[in-house]
Amino acid sequence: METKLLTEHYGKDEYIKIDGYKKHGGYAVLAKALKMDPKAIIEEVKASGLRGRGGAGFPTGMKWSFLPANGEPRYLLCNADEGEPGTFKDRLMMERAPHQLIEGMIISAFAIGSKKSYIYIRGEYDHPIRVVREAIAEAYKAGMLGKNILGSGFDHDMDVYAGAGAYICGEETGMISSIEGLKGQPKLKPPFPAVQGYLRKPTIVNNVETLAAVKYIIRDGAAAYRKYGTEKSPGTKLFSVSGNVLKPGNYEIPLGTPLKDVIFNLCGGLKPGRKLKAVIPGGSSAPVLTADEAMKVTMDYEALAQMGSMLGSGAVIVMDDSNDMVDMLDVIMHFYHHESCGQCTPCREGTGWLSKIVHRIRHGEGTVNDINLVKTVSERMMGKTICALSDAAAMPAISFVTKFRGEFEDYVKKGNQVGGALHA
Amino acid sequence: MFSLSPEGVEFVKKECSRYETKHSAIIPSLYRVQKEKGWVPPEAVPYLSELTGLPESHINEVLSFYTMFNKKPVGKLHVQVCANISCAMNGGRELAEHLCKHFGVKDGEISKDGKITVSKVECLGSCGTAPMMQVNDQFIENLTPELALRKLKEMGV
Repeated sequence: METKLLTEHYGKDEYIKIDGYKKHGGYAVLAKALKMDPKAIIEEVKASGLRGRGGAGFPTGMKWSFLPANGEPRYLLCNADEGEPGTFKDRLMMERAPHQLIEGMIISAFAIGSKKSYIYIRGEYDHPIRVVREAIAEAYKAGMLGKNILGSGFDHDMDVYAGAGAYICGEETGMISSIEGLKGQPKLKPPFPAVQGYLRKPTIVNNVETLAAVKYIIRDGAAAYRKYGTEKSPGTKLFSVSGNVLKPGNYEIPLGTPLKDVIFNLCGGLKPGRKLKAVIPGGSSAPVLTADEAMKVTMDYEALAQMGSMLGSGAVIVMDDSNDMVDMLDVIMHFYHHESCGQCTPCREGTGWLSKIVHRIRHGEGTVNDINLVKTVSERMMGKTICALSDAAAMPAISFVTKFRGEFEDYVKKGNQVGGALHA
Repeated sequence: MFSLSPEGVEFVKKECSRYETKHSAIIPSLYRVQKEKGWVPPEAVPYLSELTGLPESHINEVLSFYTMFNKKPVGKLHVQVCANISCAMNGGRELAEHLCKHFGVKDGEISKDGKITVSKVECLGSCGTAPMMQVNDQFIENLTPELALRKLKEMGV
């Protein structure tokens, strides 16, 4: 079940440094790519069916093809902001294989004709920032970055930009604002970044895992890549599994793997005597699945969408029957209220309302009407703002109060007579 | 009067020409202030404005938006305990409370001897090794209250 395509050498310390990385075939794919026609690289990525691994799942090749045919400069930005609660895969990729990311980025930059790229890493990731900075310096020294890379005539510069603690900077236009030295507030689309992005120049923003995967698509070809996964969700994906499993961690598996196999085989299942209660399959923004739904679903974009949830960033949060769903939603809503950038009224006010109402219910001061209000407020927050943070708060709220309504009602009925969490 | 070290001034000047736009130097410059002073005092804003030629309002805007800039002094050890979902499920909130109680501080408050600040924070991307805390720049994972206290003792409190 575990399929180590991108993560094949992650256990080896030598893979972090350029010499060790080269020993395992590192930068050979770059040499191959630089001899290709950039258009052929884009076509190969399109044919592979690779979809963005950061959360939205947009087809990567299609995103690239939105760039205007001509025009300089154009930028490639790697999104390493990784703020979606439950997600810790990009951190692993940067810590264990910084050159894999850099190689994937240079190939991608060559394909789209970009001479400058940034890796935007969340500020809290002090260690990954240092590892990636060192790797970039090594790559310059080895002639993989800078002028006339491997004698191809292609020039490319790369730098790291460290964020400073804002979930919203993981949204691609928020991230662009942040690198521009502004508050990380998202921008209205269109124009999409591919047309007007960083400094209003054509810009492609891709996630760490997406850019690393490009290397393997060019190495093995689209057809080989498509052998993993399903028809519509090809390839492998890293899943960050956390919560109540015995062996939490990052696992690379082909898309389409049953979630129950991930939980009960790969991750060792639950603590003895515990039963599965719920799973958040794609980071805290993804609607929660009941145990029944979780036991049926496969981990691919389509199956999760069909189940009313989403694959998101691949953060699987497994909850056993020791969890109190009202308490958990209280934690989630506090987060979105804290992280709303404040520029759109439905999100700024809505996340505050949701956090207050759920907190009130959690502390035994809610009414039945409050449960309905969570739904009403959430529904009015969706699709009405510049970016998706508002929806990201509304989706878990709706799913929690709908699927676990009984627990919310219990709080309303007897919550204030009980000191702690009711369902823990 | 507020000032950065000569190396700090040099750093800020270099950052001003490192990126395509000078504005991009604001975040790195604020980090530099924090590295030298432990926090970003209000006087740093006119100082950086003078040094970079960027308006104070723009610097203030960035400073107030990002949570990693400490707007008030923090202890020598800034202990940030994740209280988001996967950590909360594994005792992160209780860990934060335990540490607060042990050091006699409230959430986000600096201890009387100036040695420690304990804050509950949002997801730090360490969910598979919950609960965890970030002490200054370092992640310390798979914690129990006892282990956390032992680690902090090793670090000097």
